[in-house]
Amino acid sequence: MNITVCIKQVPDTETRIKLNADSTWIDTTGIKWIVSSYDEFAIEEALRLRDKNPGSTVTVLSAGPLRVVDAIRNALAMGADNGIHIELPESADNNMAAKALAGALKKEAKVDVVFTGKEAIDDGAAQTSQLIAEYLDFPHVTVVLGAEYGPESIKCRREVEGGAIEVVEAQYPVLIAAQKGLNEPRYASLPNIMKAKKKEVKVLKMADVGVSESDQKIRIKSLQLPPPKQAGKKIAGDAATQAQELVRLLHEEAKVV
Amino acid sequence: MAKVFIIAEQRDGRLKKATLELVSYSSTQGNETHVILLGDNVAGLAGELGQYGAKVVHLAQAPELKLYSAEATSRVVTEVVRAHAADIVLASHTPTGRDFMPRVAGRLGVGLASDCTQLTFQGTDLQVRRPVYAGKALAEVEFVGPGPRLATVRANSLGAPKPEPGRTAEVVNLTLNLSGLKTRVLEVAQGNTGRPDVTEASIVVSGGRSLKNAENFKMLEEVADVLGAAVGASRAAVDAGYRPHRDQVGQTGKVVSPTLYVACGISGAIQHLAGMRTSKVIVAINSDPEAPIFQVADYGIVGDLFQVVPALAQEFKKVKEH
Ligand SMILES: Cc1cc2nc3c(=O)[nH]c(=O)nc-3n(C[C@H](O)[C@H](O)[C@H](O)COP(=O)(O)OP(=O)(O)OC[C@H]3O[C@@H](n4cnc5c(N)ncnc54)[C@H](O)[C@@H]3O)c2cc1C
Repeated sequence: MNITVCIKQVPDTETRIKLNADSTWIDTTGIKWIVSSYDEFAIEEALRLRDKNPGSTVTVLSAGPLRVVDAIRNALAMGADNGIHIELPESADNNMAAKALAGALKKEAKVDVVFTGKEAIDDGAAQTSQLIAEYLDFPHVTVVLGAEYGPESIKCRREVEGGAIEVVEAQYPVLIAAQKGLNEPRYASLPNIMKAKKKEVKVLKMADVGVSESDQKIRIKSLQLPPPKQAGKKIAGDAATQAQELVRLLHEEAKVV
Repeated sequence: MAKVFIIAEQRDGRLKKATLELVSYSSTQGNETHVILLGDNVAGLAGELGQYGAKVVHLAQAPELKLYSAEATSRVVTEVVRAHAADIVLASHTPTGRDFMPRVAGRLGVGLASDCTQLTFQGTDLQVRRPVYAGKALAEVEFVGPGPRLATVRANSLGAPKPEPGRTAEVVNLTLNLSGLKTRVLEVAQGNTGRPDVTEASIVVSGGRSLKNAENFKMLEEVADVLGAAVGASRAAVDAGYRPHRDQVGQTGKVVSPTLYVACGISGAIQHLAGMRTSKVIVAINSDPEAPIFQVADYGIVGDLFQVVPALAQEFKKVKEH
C-alpha cells in the first residue's frame, strides 16, 4: 500500500504567545516547535498499517517554512520511510496548505490512504484534512477512534457529541483524520533518530504543486491577546457560607443560574 | 443585508440549540435568513426554524440523509448555495458542521473561517473573530476574493436564541441526486449518559485530579443534574481513568464556551485554560489560593472541594426549587 501522512508543525502547548510588532502574526522567536498532537496518532496509525501490509511504504508530507523539515524528521525517526517538504509562506491559510499537500500527493504513485490529525492545535481550524480529501476527490472520515482496514473499504468509528460513535464505511482511496485514542504513538528509537538525520527530504516549491498566491482565501488582519481578566471575587467563610454566597452571586449578580 | 444560508443540525428529529442560535442571530441582525434542513422525515422541524427567524427552509429529505454523512451533506449544501447565490453560509462548529463545511468551501473555491466566536455582517460581507493558539490570541479574519463567505461558529458564542411565536417560514422541497456516494454511515452507537455534551451545555461542572477517583465524580454529577449541566474533566483526571476522554476540556480535549464553567480542584494549567477561557462566567474551587485557575475566575472559593461541592449542590437545589 502507498500510505501517506500529512503533518503540521506547531508551537509547543506551553508556549507563551507574543505578537509581532504590527500585531499581524505571532512573534516566533524562541518558540519550541513540535509535531501537532493529533498528527502523532496519524503517524502511528500509518506505521502500523504499513507493518501489517508487507511491501507498503509511509511517506510523510508537511507544508510550510523551512523549519517544518524538523517535524518531518521526527516522523522519519518514528519509522516513516520518506519525507516531502512543500515550501509555503508562514501565513498560508488552510486552503493553500491543503492544495499544496493534495498537489504533492497527486505527483506520487497512486495513494491508498492519507492520514492526518483531526485538527492542528495552533489554529484549531479542523479544515485542512477535509480540503485535502476534496482536492483529491477522496472520501474522508474525521475524528477517528478506531479503524478496520478491509480489502475494498475502511470501517471507522468516529466520535461525535455526547460520546456517540458513528460507524462509517468509506471506499479506498480514503483520508482518515485521527482522534486521540486511535492508538498509542511510539517514541522514536535512537537508531531511527540517527537514520532519520541522514534520510533525504524531497523539496517541492509552490509552482511544483500548482499553488499560487490566489489560493489564499482567508487572511489574519490582526491578532490581539485576550484582554486580561479583571480580578475575580474571592468568597470567604466556611464551606456552607461560601456555597450559599456563591449561589446568590451566580443567581443575582451574574444571572447565570 | 445579506442572504445568509444556515445548515441546520438535527439528531433523532430534534434541532440542535446551536442551530437555533445561528438562525436567531442572523435574523436579528437583519439578514434574509435561509435554512437548509437535511434528514429523513424532518419536515416537522420547519415550523420551529420559522419561529427563530428563518424566512425560507430548504428541505432535503431522503433515506440516505437519515444519518449524517459529510459526503451527502456537502453535496446538497453546495448545490443549494450555488443555485441561490448565497452571500454567507454558516454552520455550527460541532462534530457535524466542522466535518462537512471544508468540503463545501473547497468545492466552491472560497474561504472558510472555522470556530468563530464573533460575526460582524457588513452588507453582504462578513468579518469574523476566532480564537487561535488555543485561545491564547484572538484573530480578526478577513476573506480574500469573491464570496460566498463561509464560517463555522462555536456554540454559545452568539447569545441565547429567541423564538417569536407566530412567525413561520416558507418551505421549499429540494430535488436530490444522491447516487454514487463513497461513504456509508452504518450506525450511530449511543454512548449517552443522559447528560448534555460538554461542548453543547450552557453550564459545565468540571473536576480534576484532586477528585481522587471515578466514584467521587458522583458529587459533581449531582450538581450537574440539578443545573442540567455537563460534567467535564481535566486531562489529569482523564489520564487517571476517572472520566472518559470525551469529557476532557482543554487543548487536547474539547473546547467549551458555556455561560457558566465551574472548575473543581483543577489547577488551571495553560492547556486546560485553552479549552474553557471563553466561558462567560468562571467559578474556581481550589484549596490552593495560588492556583492559576483563580487568575481567570470571576468567582473564587479557596477551600476543600469535598466540603464545598456537596454544600453547593444543596444551595443550587434551593434556587432551582423556587
Ligand atoms: C501537550 C499537552 C496537552 C495537554 N492537554 C490538556 C487538556 O486538553 N486538558 C487539560 O486539562 N490538561 C491538559 N494538559 C495537562 C495540563 O498541563 C495539566 O497537567 C492538567 O490540566 C492538570 O490537571 P489538574 O488540574 O486536574 O491536576 P493538578 O495540576 O494536579 O491540579 C490539581 C489541583 O487540585 C487542587 N486540589 C487538591 N486537593 C483539593 C481539594 N481537596 N479541594 C480543592 N482543590 C484541591 C490543587 O490545589 C491543584 O490546584 C496537557 C499537557 C500537555 C503537555
